[in-house]
Amino acid sequence: MMPVFFDYIFPSALVPAFLYGIYLMQSPRTALRGNRIGALCMFVAVALAFGQYRLFEEPAAWAAMVVGGGIGLFLAQRAGTIRMPQLVALFNGVGGAASALVILACLGTLSGETGWFGWFVSALALAVGSITFSGSMVAALKLEGRIPSPPLSFRKQTFLVRWMLYSIGALAVLAVIDNSLVVLYAVVACSLLYGVLLAMRVGGADMPVIISFLNSLSGVAASVSGIALGNMLAAGVGALVGVAGMILTQIMCRAMNRDLLTVLGGFSTYKASSETVETEVASTDDAAPKPSMRLTADAIPAILREAGKVIIIPGYGMALSQAQQAVKDLMDALERGGKDVKVAVHPVAGRMPGHMHVLLAEVGVDYDKLFDMAKINHEFPDTDLVIAVGACDVMNPAATTAEGTPISGMPILKASEAKAVIVCNLNEKPGYSGVENTLYKEPHVITLWGDASETVPGLTAALTQHG
Amino acid sequence: MGATLFVLLLFVVVCAVLGYKIIAAVPPLLHTPLMSGMNALSGITLLVALAALRTQEPGAFSWYVALAAIVLAMINVTGGYWVTERMLRMFKSDNGGGDDK
Repeated sequence: MMPVFFDYIFPSALVPAFLYGIYLMQSPRTALRGNRIGALCMFVAVALAFGQYRLFEEPAAWAAMVVGGGIGLFLAQRAGTIRMPQLVALFNGVGGAASALVILACLGTLSGETGWFGWFVSALALAVGSITFSGSMVAALKLEGRIPSPPLSFRKQTFLVRWMLYSIGALAVLAVIDNSLVVLYAVVACSLLYGVLLAMRVGGADMPVIISFLNSLSGVAASVSGIALGNMLAAGVGALVGVAGMILTQIMCRAMNRDLLTVLGGFSTYKASSETVETEVASTDDAAPKPSMRLTADAIPAILREAGKVIIIPGYGMALSQAQQAVKDLMDALERGGKDVKVAVHPVAGRMPGHMHVLLAEVGVDYDKLFDMAKINHEFPDTDLVIAVGACDVMNPAATTAEGTPISGMPILKASEAKAVIVCNLNEKPGYSGVENTLYKEPHVITLWGDASETVPGLTAALTQHG
Repeated sequence: MGATLFVLLLFVVVCAVLGYKIIAAVPPLLHTPLMSGMNALSGITLLVALAALRTQEPGAFSWYVALAAIVLAMINVTGGYWVTERMLRMFKSDNGGGDDK
């Protein structure tokens, strides 16, 4: 009776509870409760595991729990919202490492009688766990600025990345056929190296894709280690994490007009480079606007005062210059003037999915004012003023007008359709994609180059002095 | 040891399908907390690590490896939940709760 309870009944009963917790994450009103339900489920699962394996009188188990729990709380308490991508990347890696270590600890139980499936699953868990670990550590260091962020790729790297992947597969097959532990260690070594190569070539604005992907892999690693050691709950919950990461990866890839292989594997179809890509936008260059028609910075107070409907577009530059509070102040000032103010968020703005939302929530921006691209894009034509803060590629019209660039075909926020646009970016340099932003040249666009934490308060001052 | 392979694989498939339905409906607004929440869930490896600790000879090298796995999985569990809690507390709306207007 007891084995049946621990092996089948209790996992089948707990997974619906975990799912209910995730279900509550569908709304910001219930998400906090959802998270707590998840925590409670985890507590129950761990308490039952302590009972099942009779660990209550095992001081080493308690010590490991306390040390790990303490480190986790410390890391979570210390992290600010800007550094959230690093923290999630770090946790991804820690999860992958934990799964790989579990399999390593149990390698002694593998033998010639284990059967091919046991060996295969162990090899898979070791490979996925190791890739997740080393890849996430590189991603976290890049986000932290310890490693240069533009994609580091040398000429032969694409070849090397593919070759590494093939050899991991070949070694795994060899381990299954040969029942050899030494080969499994080789799988680990190759996987660690592969993870590093994989993450090294991904940089800057591609980060949301790789973080989501590694998030998925950390779940897959947990799931496979659960399968390898016959733990139903770990197998099932790990699969949930794997699926969640995959969904986010899909959304991120679609929002950047890339497929996963392009970002990860170097199976690229265009020449990715940090140099400026020549864009051929005949229309805007030929029809050079008359100087008299071009809006200038002198017009800003009037534009701000007269605008009825304002949309703000934040980008990663806002986070870099710590201008979130300034944006919130500007929003408040505009609303005091009776204006309709909304924030338009592109899915890949920031360095991880949902990054902008958290940054703005932290300074107290009402989440009902944050709109996703699909919901707000039709509103730009009847918007009087768009204020972009540290955003570039996500509103570059070249994505739809030019062909053969990294962002061609990428869905963008249609800022240029508004009556006037004020751009508060650091400089006129292209965004991460390297594609020149044709929006800057349009006559109804005013560009304010400089630190957004200075230019945005300037707008607020211009509004309040005259208002 | 543990559940039979057939049940395990079937269970994984069922979880993946149900999970897909529910997780795909989480709005972009909550994608960052979703990810950190998933960090906590990936700490479910803790269960496997606890089992591994029981099966290994105390003091053996593999026993220490299992202990290390417990530490790492536990970092994910507490860290993931706490950072998600902190983030979700930041999300506020005036609808139904505002009193300054």
